Amino acid sequence: MRLELRINGSVRSLEVEPLKRLLDVLREDLILTGTKEGCGEGECGACAVLLDGQLVNSCLVAVCQAAGASVVTIEGLSSSALTPLQRSFVECGGAQCGICTPGMIVAGQCFLDSGAAATDEAVREAIAGNLCRCTGYTKIVESIQHAARETR
Amino acid sequence: MSRSSHHERGDIGARFPKVDGAGKADGSGVYTDDLAFPRMLHAKLLRSPHAHARILNIDVSAAERLPGVIATLVGAEMPAKYGVIPWTHDEQALATDHVRFIGDEVACVAALDERTAEEALRLIRVDYEPLPALLSAEEALAHPEIKVNEKAKVGNITKEVKLEFGPVDEAIATAAAITRERYQYAGSTHAPIEPHCAVARVDGDGNLTVWSSTQIPHYVHRELARVLGLPPARVRVIQPLLGGAFGGKSDPFSLEFCVAKLALKTGRPVKILFTREEVFYAHRGRHPMAMDVTVALDAGGRISAVDNKILIDGGAYASFGLVTAYYAGQLLTGPYRFGTYRFDSKRMYTNKPPCGPKRGHGSVQPRFAFEVALDEAAEKLGIDPIEVRRRNFIGEDVETVNGQRITSNGFLKCLELVEQASGWKERHGKLGPGRGLGVAGSMYISGTAYPVYPNEMPQSGVLVKLDRSGRVAVFSGASDIGQGVNTLLCQIAAEELGCDPREVTVVAADTDLTPVDMGAYSSRVTFMNGLAAREACEKLARKLKAAASVRVGDEIELELGTVRGPRGSISFAEACQLAEAAEGAPLSATGGYRTQKLGGNYRGGTIGASPAYSFTAHVAEVEVDEETGIWKVTRIWAAHDCGKALNPTLVEGQIEGSVYMGAAEAQMEEMVYGKQGLLFGPSLLDYKIPTSLDTPLIDALIVESHDPNGPYGAKEAGEGPLHPAIPAIANAIHDACGIRLRELPFYPQRVLQLLQARVPGQERRTAC
Repeated sequence: MRLELRINGSVRSLEVEPLKRLLDVLREDLILTGTKEGCGEGECGACAVLLDGQLVNSCLVAVCQAAGASVVTIEGLSSSALTPLQRSFVECGGAQCGICTPGMIVAGQCFLDSGAAATDEAVREAIAGNLCRCTGYTKIVESIQHAARETR
Repeated sequence: MSRSSHHERGDIGARFPKVDGAGKADGSGVYTDDLAFPRMLHAKLLRSPHAHARILNIDVSAAERLPGVIATLVGAEMPAKYGVIPWTHDEQALATDHVRFIGDEVACVAALDERTAEEALRLIRVDYEPLPALLSAEEALAHPEIKVNEKAKVGNITKEVKLEFGPVDEAIATAAAITRERYQYAGSTHAPIEPHCAVARVDGDGNLTVWSSTQIPHYVHRELARVLGLPPARVRVIQPLLGGAFGGKSDPFSLEFCVAKLALKTGRPVKILFTREEVFYAHRGRHPMAMDVTVALDAGGRISAVDNKILIDGGAYASFGLVTAYYAGQLLTGPYRFGTYRFDSKRMYTNKPPCGPKRGHGSVQPRFAFEVALDEAAEKLGIDPIEVRRRNFIGEDVETVNGQRITSNGFLKCLELVEQASGWKERHGKLGPGRGLGVAGSMYISGTAYPVYPNEMPQSGVLVKLDRSGRVAVFSGASDIGQGVNTLLCQIAAEELGCDPREVTVVAADTDLTPVDMGAYSSRVTFMNGLAAREACEKLARKLKAAASVRVGDEIELELGTVRGPRGSISFAEACQLAEAAEGAPLSATGGYRTQKLGGNYRGGTIGASPAYSFTAHVAEVEVDEETGIWKVTRIWAAHDCGKALNPTLVEGQIEGSVYMGAAEAQMEEMVYGKQGLLFGPSLLDYKIPTSLDTPLIDALIVESHDPNGPYGAKEAGEGPLHPAIPAIANAIHDACGIRLRELPFYPQRVLQLLQARVPGQERRTAC
């Protein structure tokens, strides 16, 4: 089936099976490997992307559901330079092994874009769908709060 | 004289950002599953549906006929047994005649895509003869006639260790206070967010390359060559970025052998990515332990005896189990002085996924039991929990009761910091109903003195090369598993050579290109690899200074890309060129970490012997709802003596991650099996791990004791800080409501049961 998707701002026309997971289309068909597979069952958030501005787990989205929609992956957040949030993760130690980091940053960016106050509680709530096994979340929360201070 | 900031220089002690941080943050970093090659096949593993069975026959012919299937693989094609410890080779990549747990690997199919491979698995016919399954350590002990694993010499025992230091029974008989209780620690698993993945490719000359999400490339290299019957010089193992390990990727796994064999068979690249379910079967997680502990105190509150009888549920294979049986006893003998000590630990084979080394290998469980028992004994004497720990401090430059040499020891400072930060004196025992504080301490190794396989070669090697451009290349076999060793290598180069740490390339964990390092386990990497790197960089610094002195004079200062002397300054690149000219050859140097002879003079005395020990103290704060048993750990103050924080941000990250993982084991994590041996819910839906909302506030407090032997004084930070979290929480719950939790996890229903069983007056805690 031929589908049109708006990926990171550019329109892509793809011949894909309609029920193929958006995650696999991103990673295999579009070689956007920044989106990671952690569990394949919607629990870990490593595959988080923005679908028309909404935070979704791309392992739970059939690609046909994304037809005509705008998809933003980790690769779409920055162009030549890191975003303030990405820089914060690097500087504050928000990434250890890094496998949850792209999903965490997509979720964090979604939160920052919402304009909500970056209290400890609000940030923890915003990333509650993204599991990290390395950091104890401390430095991830700090990274998002640091970026909030830098950009607002 | 400092002309640049610590942060800019990126040398020792700087909060230098991770060198691979940008690639992790923008998604460009390459993990094993991100690799793809032309003509690459995808393979899937068929697993046993029985907890214990004989394999009578395997028929793969129908699977082979399925369009899209390129090759199948059964155990008979590579039957050699392997295992990470040379004395316990008891696993096969694919079982030939005996399956030992639900999920044990039996056959493998490589196809054009994953879905076809999966479909083909359903066409493989395996005839099994089911055998009685032994699903607990107690059952395995009671039924020696049923053999889980033929490697066991006696019954189902992987390893039994009995050691006694001093007259334990005498000390117990004359004690002023005793706690004698049974403690039960549940099995849990690492659950790294990256599932295991391996890719293999064979070139036209027959050289095999395996990329794997492993934390032990060197052992994988050795075992691949042995099992596949290839000369080791024809096998190359590369570890790409690794998405979490925690000990769960420190064994050779079936998928590495299968992709390699299938690549050899088909001549095409082959990949296996475990599903989340398969990660649970690969396991190698925390061993369930049942511990009968006696802690005896004399009238002065000094620990006169500790006795521990430990039964360990090991699962179907040994993994590091021989070491586990020792660590369960050997690593308990600090930070307190034991008058006498005895342990008897037995690791049993059972028909469940194999346990192994999860962060704090072997010693987290006895630490929990001991620290809770110590609290209870101290309470009987009316001694404050922090005071009893202080009073029993073993000191620096001492030998433990079991003959381990302790050098630096910052434990008292750790206790002082958590006491102050938590407001212990004002708040312990005084927080009102349902709220409490608890303390615990611990000790851990900075690597083991001896390598896993006996040899006289260095345990870790580093090669450093200087280019005329001023670029520094560090070749290191060590595995960066997220802890940040590659960043530390840049900082060590900056410290010694005065180069810009941003102009250092680290080539790591590639068995063709890098000197051997044993792997990322036992908290050995920073200590051993760090010393090797420092040695190599020191050698090069001497050459650079000698060559540059001709131009700038003696008394040279190397700093951030500039070489300064009394007669002026030149750039780092110019110094490299001068040195290369003087040398008449490219500039390089190597360094190695050599094994030191350490440990007690008795059989097993070297296991647990480490060149340096780290120390930790935690205070945990909890809130317990006495109506429902639902409780919450709101905050943990964790002070850790890491010797010297080579990069405080990374050290804090290790402390925070450890505290989180320990608290998780106390709160919710457990591997639960049904009566047939089926793991309940092998998914992150059912096996709960904490989200950001379940994790307490963590205050990571660094203590620096400057170890005389560590690189720049450093010791480990990645595992020690996990230990005290569990007993500190248990002790805090006691402070909150007077109950003693002796079984993990501390499910609300367990808490409620104990609350309901309280006798009148018990809820009034004894404030000391």
